[in-house]
Amino acid sequence: MDLIYFDHISGTPIHTAVREVMIKYIEQGGFYNPSSQHHLGDLALETLEDARSKVAGLINSKPDEIVFTSGGTESINHAIKGVAFARAKKGRHIITSNIEHQSVSRTLRVLMNMGYQVTAVNVDRYGLVDPDDVKKAIRDDTILITIMHANNEIGTIEPIAEIGRIAREKGIVMHTDAVVSCGNITVDVEAMNVDLLSMAANQFYGPPGVGALYIRKKTPIYPIIDGGTQENNQRAGTQNMIGIVGMAKAAELASIEMPSRTEHLLKLKRYFLERLKEIDEIVINGHPDNSLPGLVSFSVEYVEGESMMIMLDEKGICVSTRSACASGSLRASHVLIATGSDYATAQGTLLFSFGIDNTIEQIDRAFEVLKDTIGFLRNISPLYKKK
Amino acid sequence: MQYSDIVMEHFKSPKNIGRIENPDGIGEVGNPVCGDMMTITIKVKDNRIDDIKFETFGCGAAIAVSSMVTEMAKGKTLEEAMQITNKSVAENLGGLPKNKLHCSNLGADALHKAIMDYYHRREGKTKEPRKFEKVEHIEKKEGKCHCPYCDAEITEAARFCRKCGSEITLDK
Repeated sequence: MDLIYFDHISGTPIHTAVREVMIKYIEQGGFYNPSSQHHLGDLALETLEDARSKVAGLINSKPDEIVFTSGGTESINHAIKGVAFARAKKGRHIITSNIEHQSVSRTLRVLMNMGYQVTAVNVDRYGLVDPDDVKKAIRDDTILITIMHANNEIGTIEPIAEIGRIAREKGIVMHTDAVVSCGNITVDVEAMNVDLLSMAANQFYGPPGVGALYIRKKTPIYPIIDGGTQENNQRAGTQNMIGIVGMAKAAELASIEMPSRTEHLLKLKRYFLERLKEIDEIVINGHPDNSLPGLVSFSVEYVEGESMMIMLDEKGICVSTRSACASGSLRASHVLIATGSDYATAQGTLLFSFGIDNTIEQIDRAFEVLKDTIGFLRNISPLYKKK
Repeated sequence: MQYSDIVMEHFKSPKNIGRIENPDGIGEVGNPVCGDMMTITIKVKDNRIDDIKFETFGCGAAIAVSSMVTEMAKGKTLEEAMQITNKSVAENLGGLPKNKLHCSNLGADALHKAIMDYYHRREGKTKEPRKFEKVEHIEKKEGKCHCPYCDAEITEAARFCRKCGSEITLDK
């Protein structure tokens, strides 16, 4: 049975070219510490700075504004806590949205327990933040605005440039969680007016466990991992060189191949959406146009997401669900509830996220299984009125 | 997903699917809000469960539990069936992941409700089966929301509990 992987939002496969440079780097040593004073240290430093330039190139920043981290979550923690601590004397109010990833919302909750105040603006039915709402939420003591670039559950792309402009006018630091967007759609820190931007390599065919935080010069921010002077005093600890080398290659490829990748992903997405019309009572989540090219979130009425996901998994098709059960708690997705979905419908949500190696033929195969699965589960559902 | 082989078997090929026409007892538990809802219908003959069927909206564990509880109850006397516990259903399934144990609660509950419904009907107190109740019933205890049916905590930021009165903001 051929495996069909439609869960790129949970992690993309490591690109063969990325794998090759990582293996080559290990074979050439792989352990040299860029902080060492001898020539092996110099070699590593050169590799590190080259990687930094490549990652900077992906988001149109200067190389010395890139801080390598252990991934998206660390970058986000660093951005939010770093600014909160550095600005604590100026103010303790932070603005966010109500559809953020847990790495944002839980970080903010920790800060709330420490006395910070947080305003979460609502989104519309497509998951879009209204920049005006952000503007209205600004107070004299607002120190940070953190709104995600693209949503990881419904794919909606937020108007970050507009929100960033508002933040800049008011002298408020602007962070965006670009973990699922960076490397997949155009991310330009200048055009987006952001001071901080979080990214992760495993969202654009790089390895997991490595990411970066963009820090615009003069942004007030403290490190959250203290120790040595690595990463321009922003992130202590010897760099994950093998991961960084892989991330740089992935960033380079993403920059070059983005147009063709996007075209391919959109083709898959449109085809899948077209086929979904064959099943009645399915709700498509997220913005119809302004969303990630490879992601389709849909809710199937009268059935629960996890049961569909497992049945697909049994047939070798890997997808995700944001249903409460699968995430280990009993909650429906906070993102879907925020967009006005009712609880029962939200429970029946599946997330198909396509990647560059997926094909139309795979979609056709998966769709047949999906159709059978929905039929089977609706048949045993007390909510489904049999026709 | 950490499901036992028995759970997977019952999930993939559930037994006793459906709804009995003119049943002697109906048991409905759960709510789509919690992700699980179960309806069990029974036919009683000579004080024994002659036939039993289920319909379930829910995760893999909930479906497997429904299938297992109907298998366990079939042919048993009503008294014996009342002795089937959530624990025994979970045990017969070879265990359930910890966060799925609430699903097994629904199984035995639905069965017991169906039997109680049978007793009520026999005494002439026909009860309307409970319709799907809306979310407003979620109660707020000590700042946290609990599902009224499975009593699970619905924490994740205040915004989530807007149906029980909280504002959709992380503000305190």
